[in-house]
Amino acid sequence: MTVASGGKVVAKRGETAVATVRITVKPGFHINSNTPNEEYLIPLRLTWEPKPLVMESIKFPTPKQDKFEFSEKPLSVYEGEFVIETKFKVPADAPTGMGLASGKLRYQACSNTACYPPKTVPVQIPLDIR
Amino acid sequence: MSRFLLCLGALLLVSTSCTTTTEARALKPEAGRKQAPGFDLKDSTGKAVKLSEYKGKVVLLNFWATWCGPCKVEIPWFIDFETRYKDQGFAVLGVAMDDEGWSIVKPYIDQKKINYRVLMGTDPVAQLYGGVESLPTTFVLDRDGKIAGVHIGLVSKSEYENDIKQLLGQKKANWFQPIRLGDLASMLLGR
Repeated sequence: MTVASGGKVVAKRGETAVATVRITVKPGFHINSNTPNEEYLIPLRLTWEPKPLVMESIKFPTPKQDKFEFSEKPLSVYEGEFVIETKFKVPADAPTGMGLASGKLRYQACSNTACYPPKTVPVQIPLDIR
Repeated sequence: MSRFLLCLGALLLVSTSCTTTTEARALKPEAGRKQAPGFDLKDSTGKAVKLSEYKGKVVLLNFWATWCGPCKVEIPWFIDFETRYKDQGFAVLGVAMDDEGWSIVKPYIDQKKINYRVLMGTDPVAQLYGGVESLPTTFVLDRDGKIAGVHIGLVSKSEYENDIKQLLGQKKANWFQPIRLGDLASMLLGR
């Protein structure tokens, strides 16, 4: 799986800004969505450090409902390429200039027959605070 | 009588070679098996368990986790195997690889009514077994504690059961069962 920034975000003090994280899941694999529909499954989680921007909300895409060899009913998953949007509040006293929004993405991947231990990877979005 | 012995010899040869062929397909030949790495892990009661305690038994050593969907499919099979083959010198050993430990694994054991022993895995033990990069990963150990087979990912219940039966020696017994010596003698002597 690869995680990439959706590009530099220009953020104005006192306003809101939207940053995107682009995720690509290898063919033949899936990851649980942020709202798995079975007990014990590990959800996709994106968390952000509280500075220099303040996270307001995270918008995950609508997950797929797919059935696998090991599942009796369809599971809520992501496959292929998708984007997570984060809406940030830019504090009025945020330091101006170039910076980074840093976060962590936790995911757990499976194929049709096997699962891989949950992983947490760093996420960074370049910022231009004005 | 000599004809009877010749037929019996041929029958033994065929039976043995058939068994060997089946074993070679599913399990490693005995000569090529390596000793399973020893470990000392705790079970759900806090008791330290050594793999060496299981010497003399056929063991299904199953690395799994509560978050692993395919592992969930196998659990009822393992419960069944434990019930049916326990008295023949067989045991399932589950090695849970959940980072959260017993707080999440114990309720899962209760919920799924797991009747076999579950141990809490550690990364060093997983490394001893090649890293166990994906789950489920199941090692089939013979009575000498040697690795006779490995299954990575979900396989069919029958694959496991064939391994277990072969290692318990039931396969050979089954080959001979349909034609017992007495029956064979009757057949050959026309009685």
